[in-house]
This record gives sequence, structure tokens and C-alpha cells, in this order.
Amino acid sequence: MDFTIDFTKEQIESIEDVLQQELIDLGVQSVILMDLAGNVIVNLDNGHANHDVFSLAALAAGNYGAVSAMANIIGEQEFSLLFHKGEKESIHFSKVVEDLLLLTIFNRDVSLGFLRLKVAEAIKRIQTLI
Amino acid sequence: MALINPKKREVQVKIVYYGPGRGGKTTNLEYINRKFKKRILNEMVTVKTYGDRTLFFDFLPFDIGEIKGHSIKIQLYTVPGQVKYNATRRLVLRGVDGIVFVADSMDLRREMNIRSLQNLKENLEAFNKNIFNIPLVMQYNKRDLADEGIPILSEETLQKDLNSRLNAPYFPGSAIRGDNVAATMKKIIALTVSSLRKKLQ
Repeated sequence: MDFTIDFTKEQIESIEDVLQQELIDLGVQSVILMDLAGNVIVNLDNGHANHDVFSLAALAAGNYGAVSAMANIIGEQEFSLLFHKGEKESIHFSKVVEDLLLLTIFNRDVSLGFLRLKVAEAIKRIQTLI
Repeated sequence: MALINPKKREVQVKIVYYGPGRGGKTTNLEYINRKFKKRILNEMVTVKTYGDRTLFFDFLPFDIGEIKGHSIKIQLYTVPGQVKYNATRRLVLRGVDGIVFVADSMDLRREMNIRSLQNLKENLEAFNKNIFNIPLVMQYNKRDLADEGIPILSEETLQKDLNSRLNAPYFPGSAIRGDNVAATMKKIIALTVSSLRKKLQ
């Protein structure tokens, strides 16, 4: 059940390219690819974000675990997508593969529908790289 | 399992402070946060209930410099000690690289220490980890209570109860005074990092 993927330098670079093209270029503030232990695997931002990504990842892993436990209570295996809406900034979580999560932080300039579409595309591309 | 980023040459190491409720796990982290403030770039994160007990975890990240050309990022976590929070406690153990077991030296807490250690063993098993194979350091906390006339367990008793088979390095400590808090942390970091050395070749 415990799980960490060993990434090569090339894999990380390819994943960074995907995240840059699909999400950062679209206008999102920052993206974090992380594992459920709370480790940050890849972090990219648009140059204006100054988030404490390590704390964010630790809390996101905990949050995802807690929500998965809620899913189990109502008979679901998990909720593979979470969204927290803020006044200016919002966070979108999506599962990539078992134990890997993609966190996207974006503002009101990006529509949720379009973001979800692009996240889905990015995830599909990342899945072929790992 | 620590996460190694070959591009940034960075290693993220997860160390979890485990032990019974009100044993001083959060106090350990708070002391470290104060004492090593210069090295700690981010604020300590803590998810508490209204009663000021750790609900989910505390989280304290800091850098310890380079080993074999890799910068080492240590991430300290505590678990909620209260029995009823086992689900969140188990979540925090996911991907753990090293453990500090903070035992409460108070006479009254003898049984709770033993139960918490047993719970640690079971929760590690849920992640296919064996308590005998993971870097582990014991801290017998609250030794200062003896000065106030509060009955505490002797180190021999604690050793016999908790560490007779594990044989882990141990420290008598007082998290509130800071006695052996840094020593405990340095020991677990040394053990954990040395277990990673092979991977960093």
C-alpha cells in the first residue's frame, strides 16, 4: 500500500513540459504534482505565486485522505476530484494515478470548466510518462 | 519512502512523532521551531481542535544542508495522539521514513504508552512496514515532572515496557524545557538519512 515512484530526471522534465503547456500557459497560478505522503514531485508557477508548497502538499495529502475516508462511509471508493473555491483563488485537486495528486491553483481569470478539461488532458499525458 | 528528485537533486524525508495523547509530540515540534528558527523558512502548520489537541497533524519543514550532492529537506510531522483519531493517525504515517516515539513518563500513563506503541506497530503493518526495520528513536518525555513530586516511571521500566525488543536509541527528555529535544531529532535524522545513503550513491 505504501508507494513512491522513483522519477528520472527526464521524466520530471517531460512532466514539467506537460504542466507548463497545458496549465501554466493557460493562465493558472501554480501546479503541484505530489504523492499522498505529502511529497512535492513537481512544482511550477507563473512567476507571481509565492505559496508555501511544502505545507500545501502536506495539508493536501491529509485533506485528500480525510475526504477519501468520507467517501468510504457513503459507499464510494474515493472522490477522485476535489475543488475548493475561494473569493480570488481556488484550488482544484485531481488524482493522476494511485497515490499521485495534481493540485492546481488558479484565479478568476480561468474558468473552472476549461481548467477541468485541461487538467484531464494533462493527466492523460502524464499517465503515459510514468 | 523518501522522495528523491534527481533534477533538483533534492530529497524529501518524512519523520513522524508518534505517541499517546498529551505526551508532548507537538511540544517537541514547537521547541524545534523556536530553537532552529533560522533554518526554518516556513511557518509551522498545525491542525488543532478547539480543545487545543492535535486533530490532524503538525507539520514543520526545514533544510539540513547537503549530503552526497543532494539537498535534504526534512519534514517533521506529529500524529494526533488521542485513541479516537486513528484514521487520521494512520494517514500521517503514509510514506514515513523515520519515527520518534514520544512516551509519557508519568506513572499514570504507563498503559497508554504500551497501547500507543502497539497501535504504531499495527498502523505500520497497514502500509507493509515493520516496526523492527524502520529508523526509530524513543524519547521518554516529561522527566521534569519528578522535580514537582509527580510520580514518574523509571527509565528501566520504560525500557522494559517499550524498548526491550526494539532496542532503539532512547533519550530521557523534557520537551517543555527542551532537554534532549534536539538530541532526539538529530538522532532520528542521522538514522533516517544514513538508511537513505545507499540510494543516493
